[in-house]
Amino acid sequence: MIWIVKNLWLIPVLPLVASGIIAVNKQPQRKLAAGLAIGSMVGAFLLSLCAFATTLGHGGGEGHEAFREVFGFNWLQFGGADNWLQLGWVLDPLTAIMLVMVTFVGTLIFIFSIGYMAHDQNFMRFFCFLALFASGMLGVVIANNLLLLFISWEIVGLTSYLLIGFWYHKPSAAAAAKKAFITTRIGDLGLLIGMVWLYAETGTLNFYDHGKGCLEHSALTAMLAHATIGGMLVTTAIGLLIFLGAVGKSGQLPLHVWLPDAMEGPTPVSALIHAATMVAAGVFLVARVYPLMAAGALTGEHGAPVTTALTVVTWVGALTAFFAASIAVAQNDIKRILAYSTVSQLGYMMLGLGVGGVAVGMFHLITHAFFKALLFLGSASVIHGCHEEQDIRKMGGIKKYMPITFAVYAIGMLALAGFPLVFSGFWSKDEILHAAHGWSVSQVPFYLGCAGALFTAFYMTRQVALVFFGSYRGHQEESAQGHAAPSAHAPAKSADHSAHGSSHGHDPHESPAVMTVPLMILAGFAIILGFVGTPAWPWFDGYLTGEETTFSLGRLWEPATRNLMIASAVIVFTGLGLGWFLYGKRQRQTAGERDVLEVAQPFVFKVLQNKYYIDEIYEATFIRLNALTAIFCDFADKWIFGGLVKLVSGLTVTLAWLYKFTDEFFVNQGFDAGCGSLRAGGGFLSKLHAGRVQTYLRIIGVALVVLILFLIWGQKA
Amino acid sequence: MTPLQGCLLVSALLFAIGFAGAVSRRHAILALVGIELMLNAANLNFIAFWRYGAHPELLTGVMFVIFSIAVAAAEAAVGLALVIAIYRHYKTSNLDEVKDLQG
Repeated sequence: MIWIVKNLWLIPVLPLVASGIIAVNKQPQRKLAAGLAIGSMVGAFLLSLCAFATTLGHGGGEGHEAFREVFGFNWLQFGGADNWLQLGWVLDPLTAIMLVMVTFVGTLIFIFSIGYMAHDQNFMRFFCFLALFASGMLGVVIANNLLLLFISWEIVGLTSYLLIGFWYHKPSAAAAAKKAFITTRIGDLGLLIGMVWLYAETGTLNFYDHGKGCLEHSALTAMLAHATIGGMLVTTAIGLLIFLGAVGKSGQLPLHVWLPDAMEGPTPVSALIHAATMVAAGVFLVARVYPLMAAGALTGEHGAPVTTALTVVTWVGALTAFFAASIAVAQNDIKRILAYSTVSQLGYMMLGLGVGGVAVGMFHLITHAFFKALLFLGSASVIHGCHEEQDIRKMGGIKKYMPITFAVYAIGMLALAGFPLVFSGFWSKDEILHAAHGWSVSQVPFYLGCAGALFTAFYMTRQVALVFFGSYRGHQEESAQGHAAPSAHAPAKSADHSAHGSSHGHDPHESPAVMTVPLMILAGFAIILGFVGTPAWPWFDGYLTGEETTFSLGRLWEPATRNLMIASAVIVFTGLGLGWFLYGKRQRQTAGERDVLEVAQPFVFKVLQNKYYIDEIYEATFIRLNALTAIFCDFADKWIFGGLVKLVSGLTVTLAWLYKFTDEFFVNQGFDAGCGSLRAGGGFLSKLHAGRVQTYLRIIGVALVVLILFLIWGQKA
Repeated sequence: MTPLQGCLLVSALLFAIGFAGAVSRRHAILALVGIELMLNAANLNFIAFWRYGAHPELLTGVMFVIFSIAVAAAEAAVGLALVIAIYRHYKTSNLDEVKDLQG
């Protein structure tokens, strides 16, 4: 067995150890904390590169099978002698590429955090959680076992909760943390049920186990043999339950509500967890159990399998992509725009998985991780530079103050919008749309995707135009406050915002090198990553499937590909142009001014700004239902069950009183009386014992006389 | 009055005197004397019923009385020994003061 496969566990364990060491150290050792966390991530990154190189070396060469090595060990015994729960890890291209992505992006974001969190009191705690997160995420990635994946998955969920609520003294952050935790928990319940069901069906939770794993041919065939409720295949049911976990984690409809709120956390956290890696875990999970989802497929036109489970994935993804992109159009908080954009892009990934298979979805996941991390870190730099201001209406003209940030942000924005040919987002999104176009079931997801792409280009242009162009509006805040109040969607302000209030007079400033250098590296990858998956050279696709790939520019000019590329370019340019026309050409003058769209379509804008009132609907239905149930339960507890308990206790107490009473007044008294009379009797009898012999004799004499008299009378009678 | 009735009368008087003495005298030895008197009253009854009874020739009465006198002698010896032991223990021979059996 190859060394790296055997020791793959080192990759998640390194950050775990770092996190532990940081946790047990005394508070103010900033250098130690940052050094340990970053050092462990760099170590994990180097190991990941080793793993990646291993998969590269073996891929393609051996027929049409991708490289795959597994390592497992027995963990927990239960039931019979051979009933072992196994844990283990797998090294295949999917794992390797995720490992490299997570450790690389993670390292850069860790470095960036040194600058961003420099003034924070709880610097050590921050790095402790970050390292723990990285450990959990890497655990998810390497797991060859649904159980190990689930454990890591929950660690990731926990750290997400901890980091969203990092500034727990802000009520909004605490609430957002709870919301994230509970919402994802709904999905995790599905995952858990799916996992148990899968174990019941196949008797193993290992993904790959030399032919015995649950994703391999024999287990899938066995599961396909029987149907469950309503004629649904068992694989479909389990696949959908597992997908529910992915929906929760990846913020798909209808469990997306937590992700925008998660922006209450520090921005590097938003970048690492809620944009680049953790939210992608759901997509990764679907990619991982793809064989299960695709089992029993009728092969579609273009070779992509079509099953009920994948159809659901497709529809959820397409609807999310469109829906979230439309919300992002009307948001004013720089991070919330990016958050909805993340939701939307995750929808694209799901769409890609549903219509095109693992490679399509994963390619977008990887490219998105880079440019979204870039965008989030860029926004962090902007927020940092603008003194913790997050409302894009109060920014403007920052290009002048922060040139580096502007440059990298523009690259990220163009990559996200899918600017043709040069940027990675174009190639990955194009591949998804291409696959959606060829989907045999319906064309609607394709059109939803196109509309989402249009919105994406539009809202990113709007954001960049408002933030970087025009003139700085931060100084006008005091005077504009009055106008802003009615329409302002109050942006989340950090608690130390008020502390910065006095410094509002200052101009924005460029961030230090520790923050800009990671940005530049990410920007570089946001461009070049696209070229590993272009139609001309689909290396990424081949890497994941193990097929030989060739370089041929000619494929770009095949009619279907070319037409779609042109169509998507037109869409992107329309979005960009529209955005520039509405927001760039004529800049808003004051922060309080109404939005152009708001003037044109007040109703639609309001609905979008309020996120289709989804939160309110949940508030009115599920949360109220929950509250009512809680109130009912409380009532039942207090009065029904509590009443019963009280009744029983009251009865017992009364009985006890009764017992005490009888004891004291009847039993005791009677006993006492008995004793008294006995004593009196004894006393009386003891008086008879005068102790004088003569008295006894006298008595005998009297008795004798009495006896004689008795005898004489007896004779007479 | 037949001779038997005279004898019984004498013995009854003797018994009554002996009983009165045994019951009422404080001194232990006098009480003992009273007991001896009662014993002799009983002996007198034996003799009387034998002499004037159905078979005076069989000497049964005399046999009984000789036995009884022998036993009474032994009893007097034991009684006197007890009186001496009591005196040694209690430094008195007054029976009223010897009441350890009192309940």
